[in-house]
Amino acid sequence: MKGYTGKLLDVDLSSESIREARVPEEDLKNYVGGRGLAAKMAWDRLGAKWENVDPLGPENVLLVLTGPLTGYYPGTKVCVSGKSPQSNGLVGSTVAGEFGVDLKCAGYDGIAITGRAEKPCYLFICDNHVEIKDASPVWGAAARETLRFLIGESRKNVAGIRPRYGEAKEPSILYIGPAGENRSRVAAVMSKYSHAAGYGGYGGVMGSKNLKAIVAKGFGPLPDVHDNEKMLRLARRFAEDCLENVWFRRWGTGGGGYSFGAETSSEPVRNWQTEWHNRRSYRREEFDKHWVKKNWGDFGCAMTCLKLAVLRKGRYRGAVCDNPDYELEAYVGTNLGIFNPEHNIYVSYVINELGLCGIQGGAVLGFAAELYQRKILSKRDLDGIELKWGDPKAFATLAEKTAFRQGVGDILAEGVYRAAVKLSERKGVNLLNYAVQEKGMAIGAHGVRSGKDFISSSIAYACSVQAGDHTSPASPIRRGDRGELSSILPDSGVYCMFAAFGPTDREILEFYEAITGWRMTLREWYGEKALRILQLQRAMLLLGGPDVRWRPRVDDDNPPRFWEPLPSGPFKGRMLRRKRFEKERLEYFKAVGWDENGVPTPKTLRRLGLTNVEAKLREAGLLT
Amino acid sequence: MARGERVWIRRNYEDCSGCRRCEIACSIHHEGRIWPEASRIRVFMLIPGVEIPHLCFQCEDYPCVETCPAGALSVNSRTGAVEVDAFKCIGCSLCVNACPGRVPHLHPEGNNIVICNLCDGEPACVKECVKGKWGALELVPAGSAASRRTLAKTPEELTRETALKILGEEVVKEAFG
Repeated sequence: MKGYTGKLLDVDLSSESIREARVPEEDLKNYVGGRGLAAKMAWDRLGAKWENVDPLGPENVLLVLTGPLTGYYPGTKVCVSGKSPQSNGLVGSTVAGEFGVDLKCAGYDGIAITGRAEKPCYLFICDNHVEIKDASPVWGAAARETLRFLIGESRKNVAGIRPRYGEAKEPSILYIGPAGENRSRVAAVMSKYSHAAGYGGYGGVMGSKNLKAIVAKGFGPLPDVHDNEKMLRLARRFAEDCLENVWFRRWGTGGGGYSFGAETSSEPVRNWQTEWHNRRSYRREEFDKHWVKKNWGDFGCAMTCLKLAVLRKGRYRGAVCDNPDYELEAYVGTNLGIFNPEHNIYVSYVINELGLCGIQGGAVLGFAAELYQRKILSKRDLDGIELKWGDPKAFATLAEKTAFRQGVGDILAEGVYRAAVKLSERKGVNLLNYAVQEKGMAIGAHGVRSGKDFISSSIAYACSVQAGDHTSPASPIRRGDRGELSSILPDSGVYCMFAAFGPTDREILEFYEAITGWRMTLREWYGEKALRILQLQRAMLLLGGPDVRWRPRVDDDNPPRFWEPLPSGPFKGRMLRRKRFEKERLEYFKAVGWDENGVPTPKTLRRLGLTNVEAKLREAGLLT
Repeated sequence: MARGERVWIRRNYEDCSGCRRCEIACSIHHEGRIWPEASRIRVFMLIPGVEIPHLCFQCEDYPCVETCPAGALSVNSRTGAVEVDAFKCIGCSLCVNACPGRVPHLHPEGNNIVICNLCDGEPACVKECVKGKWGALELVPAGSAASRRTLAKTPEELTRETALKILGEEVVKEAFG
């Protein structure tokens, strides 16, 4: 086997059992890695009882998977997955950093973790030394303290394993903050200070397992590849594409905090009450003043689109975060009425320290603020916080309450959708109109009403199997547009899409072949394999449960607010047309082999060899 | 730089992006494959955001060579780099302790030390860093560093120094102790 180690770590925290497992070669060929393999593994383990599996219970499986391109592609990620406590489906959630490389160099393609540890623990991996270790010294700790402890202790442990080695590089770490520990549905799996696998809510899944962190150190090389020379030649070319992308290297996604508002009217402003602003204080040059590193990156990345922002003086001195990248500029910036870069950097830093997802966390804070604006939530409801738009301290305080589930934070920790349902009951009014979310997940900071954003399809979120995930949007499958299927390639090969603007899918598959020695045509990928992964994810999303099950078609819709006309800006009055939306949705359902309700048809499932999915959908009454 | 002149790799720690493309280039050059721990230049990240490319400083007095009990280390008379004779090396690691920067390390799969040999005067890591305009590694004439020995420091020492500049004292205290 080339490009893979061929081994997985299978850990059960309840019985403290650790064993090595092999993935059948056939599964690797069909599901590749990352998101695809996660769909297959989760389905095999939990599919039969999917609707009864509590995502925050010991039964759920936390998957951390690399892909065959991980480490070789110049832009590295690792994929975190399992049953999502947000969508109740399965989300492939990727995060950058060296973790995937360290894991492969340690000899594993991935890790599957079930059960629940009795006490707070972390998983320590150094090649074939794998141990469950005590994490109680950092249970409750935020990012800085957690990493300081884990890096220090792990370096000692590594030195104990290789006493004469000299200085070994520190291991790579995935961890959770207090938000994850408290089983928040809006908690991210964190890496470094500001990298996060946010979508899906897998930070809460780790917390539910009493698992503070996973530490990996690999001394070996990346696995052998099929054609080293060709792999290196293509990797060099992909890297050169990145080096030529002057704009993106200079600004990163953080170049968008002003332009997605001012130019494309697609940025959440005050909980999406509008999507337009032209606040010049928020121009990218204003952020630039706080960047101490203008190119910050992870293993192998030639793009290095991240920036390191540090506040060295003033009231918020000591705040450190990336750019912030666009999603955080929006969700814990404009969405909270914040138009001051310093304030945005500060709130981003607080969110990161607590291990909240910037998007999900920012969305729920904005939702609460709109309810305060409308006097639906009082100062008393908010435990004394005056939650005024634009007040960084107020939002930071509420973020902390959310992470620790204190007071109203206990409700907000459930994310926008579930908080809206609970607060609607409590207040006796329907608050779902203010909840901008898709099937339990806050959507990415890219509105579709103006049609000017790069995510412009009206079905982008409504039909995505990853619900609100803006990195996996649906769109009608037409010439040159593969809809959501195109996102499955980077998520399953597990490399960074932001370092892959250059290569075509064909070149990626050529690269895949140079690594694995396995030939895959575009037709096989899009007509069969990616489509199979999509069916599995759709089936798991529709089965849902146990707390909520989405209605096919009815819930495949946009948030209510998206059906109102844009209230301001150059595209004022522009709105989505219901008829056109329904036509495109149906067109999409048909193109990916679903019936008019969006349920995979028996014909599709049989063609793709997914007869057990068909049986399960029948059993659940989704197919008659 | 004049042809044949001895070179030295200057490191500008504050500018290192942490992309680790130097490690990739180095391990491909020396091992023919991507192998982060076998690389002769390794980027330490003891605090996220503070990335330290760590490789041989070429002290003027070469304490590692002096210490080696097996005669496995020598100085290349043309490049000035330390050369390791993997067959003679007994993996005792005395050179690690002799090095003021604790730079040498065992090959992860062998019983011999590895040390940067400047790729015979044309270091692959520097080429990669220059190509990406990161500015963390620069090739300069060997004489341009006043004293290379005083620059030789451990990853911890360099992390602290650099972090103080990038993050400030308070953050360093919290993040590093």
